[in-house]
Amino acid sequence: MEQTMSDSPADNRKSRYERVAYYPGCALEGSGHAYNRSTKEVGKALGLKLDEVKNWNCCGAMEVKNIDPKVQTYLSSRVMSIAANEMGAQVVMAPCNGCYHNLKKAEHDLAHDEASREVVDRISKKAGHATYRAGQLETIHALDWIKHGIGEDELKRRIRNSLQGLKVANYYGCMYTRPRHIFPEKDQGTGSESTSQPHFMDDLLAAAGAQNVDFPLKTACCGGAHTLSDSDTSTKLVLNILRAAEAAGAEVIATECPTCHSGLEMHQVRAEKVLGEKTSVKMLYFTQLLGIALGLSPRRVGVHENVSDSGDMLKSKGLA
Amino acid sequence: MPIHEQSLIRPENIKSHEKLVLDGVDVSGHWSTFIAPRVVTDYNERLEEEIAALPGGEHIHRCWQCGSCTNSCTVNAVNPDFNPRYWIYLVRMGMESELLRDKEIIWQCVSCHKCTYACPRDVVPEGVMKATAHWLELKGHTPKSKSMHFDEEFSEQVFATGKIEEGRIIRGFFARTGQPLFQEWLVEMARRIARKFPIKLGLLMGIAALIRPRTRGWAKARDAISEYVEEQQAKQRDALGLVELASSELPGAATKRPRDRGDHGADDVR
Repeated sequence: MEQTMSDSPADNRKSRYERVAYYPGCALEGSGHAYNRSTKEVGKALGLKLDEVKNWNCCGAMEVKNIDPKVQTYLSSRVMSIAANEMGAQVVMAPCNGCYHNLKKAEHDLAHDEASREVVDRISKKAGHATYRAGQLETIHALDWIKHGIGEDELKRRIRNSLQGLKVANYYGCMYTRPRHIFPEKDQGTGSESTSQPHFMDDLLAAAGAQNVDFPLKTACCGGAHTLSDSDTSTKLVLNILRAAEAAGAEVIATECPTCHSGLEMHQVRAEKVLGEKTSVKMLYFTQLLGIALGLSPRRVGVHENVSDSGDMLKSKGLA
Repeated sequence: MPIHEQSLIRPENIKSHEKLVLDGVDVSGHWSTFIAPRVVTDYNERLEEEIAALPGGEHIHRCWQCGSCTNSCTVNAVNPDFNPRYWIYLVRMGMESELLRDKEIIWQCVSCHKCTYACPRDVVPEGVMKATAHWLELKGHTPKSKSMHFDEEFSEQVFATGKIEEGRIIRGFFARTGQPLFQEWLVEMARRIARKFPIKLGLLMGIAALIRPRTRGWAKARDAISEYVEEQQAKQRDALGLVELASSELPGAATKRPRDRGDHGADDVR
């Protein structure tokens, strides 16, 4: 059955998101391992099932498009082809903003651009797998998965260890909301995600008891694309974000992207070492915070794997 | 009185005098600053076409110079010289020598997509920045940027195995750009990881280096991608007139181009 994102009935999302294809991507097997681990643990705790996309490949991140954008579209299309054609999935969930963005971009280009369709078809045929066609699959982020697969009310009922008193700045980065046209389901009024003021992470963490601070840099850029090739710029951008979070009174920045997360961690260290600018706000993946609120131990959701050491902060809040 | 968009005027063309008397009238103060007139004659009329022939540059012709891109730009906020609106203007006017004044910073676009989000004409300024940076390198105006080295290292690994391994990318990138891997802040990162979770450091630096992650049965995809990329790169070189120049193998040859086709006109840049 073919389904496109725009005509997906909102009311059966709960059943659709109960069991989804899971595309972790390369970062979640390396520096973002704690995000992978906490996403799976939260899924288990909430009764949401994940079937990892078989024999997946890299989506091209922010790099392959600079060599050739249509090859990047192909890379995402292969992942979607396996999920749709070999696993029979209707929904694929990617927790990484880069993967999520690229799958959405490929979906958009394949729906609207004949030249992209031709290139993807040509490479897919030569590579020996079915060509992915726009509309076969719905791509969602881990935030959509929990927000619509469980919802705040149900989440509230399952909280064992409220995040009460924890001041959180929710940081979404670039790839989750920009550019608008690749996210046709966003900015659709009540209940949909906003591209200018995203709130799904805020909603979920508020349901878990956290006190979200008014954070103006939710969708600012951390300079992740040039984190090593133009480190000085990245450090300045990250320092802005960290300072703004601290000024807003946040004790922790909640993240939903492995590149943003490691960018904030790395450049917090670099700002201290190179510029002598010390900041003390901590970073945790939103899935780590949700996991803790659901009663999982910090270790179980990989808090010890983060560079940013939030152990003492969690202890002081009675969360560890 | 400030000069509007002073950054667009070549500093050597701003003539300022502490005290100035003209025809017996004292014009000291802000009336004593002048901008030397200049006529642009060295147009490259093919510049827009060349940028449009590179990936990302396709929609440059749609721009109507509203400036939403520069206004929303992440990099512009930390470096006011980074001005996508202005560079798009220069490319469309064929003002290559003006563009070359900023050749060292154009590659710094961080692909945050704020410009593409704000652009009312779907120019995709982010793509135009990438195409322009790529053009500067192909034409030999700049050496490969660190960012391009990173993109190449990354893409080569994806094309070869279907997956990347971060440690391998980092090592490859530092080797390509001749930078020492043991920078103080990277060592500090490693120390902080090791303090709490020595296994993770092993995971990041060791295990993945031994067992390289790869997508099974990737060879056919690899060949199809390589074939396509080579085709595209040949087309791009052709569009930039680099085909014969490559055989002449003169390092400076790439800068030869048709110049000055006679449109001595608008001199918007003052």
